[in-house]
This record gives sequence, C-alpha cells and structure tokens, in this order.
Amino acid sequence: MALQAIAFYLLAAVTIGAGLLVVTARNPVHSVLFLICAFFSAAGLFVMLGAEFLAMLLVVVYVGAVAVLFLFVVMMLDVDFSALRAGFVRYLPIGGLVALILVVEIVAVSASVASHGAAAGAAVLTPSHDITNAEAIGRVLYTDYVYFFQAAGLVLLVAMIGAIVLTLRHRAGVRRQNIAAQVARTPATGMRIVQIKSGEGLSE
Amino acid sequence: MTIGLAHYLAVAAILFTIGVFGIFVNRKNVIIILMSIELILLAVNINLVSFSVYLHQVVGQIFAMFVLTVAAAEAAVGLAILVTFFRNRGDIAVDDVNMMKG
Repeated sequence: MALQAIAFYLLAAVTIGAGLLVVTARNPVHSVLFLICAFFSAAGLFVMLGAEFLAMLLVVVYVGAVAVLFLFVVMMLDVDFSALRAGFVRYLPIGGLVALILVVEIVAVSASVASHGAAAGAAVLTPSHDITNAEAIGRVLYTDYVYFFQAAGLVLLVAMIGAIVLTLRHRAGVRRQNIAAQVARTPATGMRIVQIKSGEGLSE
Repeated sequence: MTIGLAHYLAVAAILFTIGVFGIFVNRKNVIIILMSIELILLAVNINLVSFSVYLHQVVGQIFAMFVLTVAAAEAAVGLAILVTFFRNRGDIAVDDVNMMKG
C-alpha cells in the first residue's frame, strides 16, 4: 500500500507540475513538451486505477498524435511568442483568484461526493483474471454503444476532412500534375521519329 | 495510507483549475489556450475514469474514450484554423480575430 501511495503522489505531482508549466512556460515548444509529460503521467494514473486500455489510448492518441500536431504547428508558425505574453502579469491576479475559488469549490464538492456519494467507501474494481480491461470495454462498446462508436468515427472523419479543407490552398502559377492528360498520352502523341541527314543537325 | 477516490478527484480538480488559469493568463496566445483546453479535457477524463473504477461500471471509461475522440478532433480542426489564420494575417494574436465583427 505504501508503494501505491508513493507511486500515486509521484505521478500526481508530476502531472500537476507539468500542467502548471504548460501554462507558464515562456517558450511554447517547452509548453508542448510539458503537455506530453502531463499526459504521460496521467496515463500512469490511469494504469494505477486499473484502466490500462485508456492509459495506452492516452499515450497513443495524445502523446503520439495530438501533442506532435501541436509541436508541428508551434514550430511551423513564425511568430514572436514573447509579444503574445504581454498580458500575462496583468491577468495573473484575477486568474489566480478565479483559479483559487474554482479549486476550493471543486475539491469541496468532490470530497463530499467521495465520502457521501454513491461511490463512498467503494473499493477499486479489482482486475479479474478471466476478463481484461480491454475485453470489458469491448463487450460494452461494441454492443450497447455501437451507434455512439460509429458516431465517434464520423466525428473523426469530419474533423479530418475539415482540417484538410481548411489548410488546402491552390496557389496560382504552380505546375501541377494533370493525371488525365498524362494517362492519355500515347506513343503517337508523345514522340516523333525524324530522319536526320548526316552532317546536318536538327534545327527547330 | 490508502489512495481513495478523493485523491484522484483532487488531482483532476487541480488540473482543471490549471487549465482555466492558463486560459486566463495566456489570453493572447491561441496555442496555449488550445493546450489549456486539452488539460481541462484530461481532468474530465481522470474524473470519468476514477468514478468508473470506483462505481464498478465500465461505461465511464467508454465515455472517456468519446471525450478523447472529440478532443483529438477539436485539436486537429483548431490547429487547422490557426494555420489558416496565420496565413491570412501573419500573426496569431487573439485580439486581431475581429474580421467577422459587423
């Protein structure tokens, strides 16, 4: 139990510390790297809870895709990021006040829910040997929630198409492939045979 | 001491607050705002998963998966809009996003 507590406090401290550094780091590239760190530690928390499948999903989707996308965009945009930090100190007091009120309220509510709510005194769902976490999720996801699963796929498809449509641009004056014309070429149109007399060149 | 539901909820609460705080203090930087939204969604996911585990219901984890899906889609579209905006204006300051104001 002591080992579990040490692991929890370590992962929680890293998650919160990295989260705080995401919003306060001067360099946005550092922010993205701290975001990756926060997601990784949160995946560790999920493993401690027994939700291994979601933990791995978090690593694959967030660290592997979303964070890399962020990193890509941050490095691609040539922006003076120090100018964007101009209002940082000005909004620090009001932001800190709101954050303080919010954290006190949420912690109070969650503490009361944890001690008197439906989950009060419940133990962690112990992983059974005959059914894994991924299998348990699959059994529910592909039966009761299959339409929601399809809808999630549709959301991703629309997001993909939307991102492509938004960023695609046709620049004028750029030579582009014309596949129909290329495929329609025949030897007759593509080349011609000329007889060149010896001693003369081909002048055209 | 044993780690209970309250501990995980506290971590999620603090992470959520950090996300809101990040939106407050980085009002000009869209990229940090998007990252703060990701942090908020991560806090929501921690809440969903911990309740799912302590209530012995796997449905919470499925909902967390849908939240993950929407978060990924939101990041992709948000960054695409950001790239398009940068192309048109040469800057990403939020204060300049008033072209559609009547």
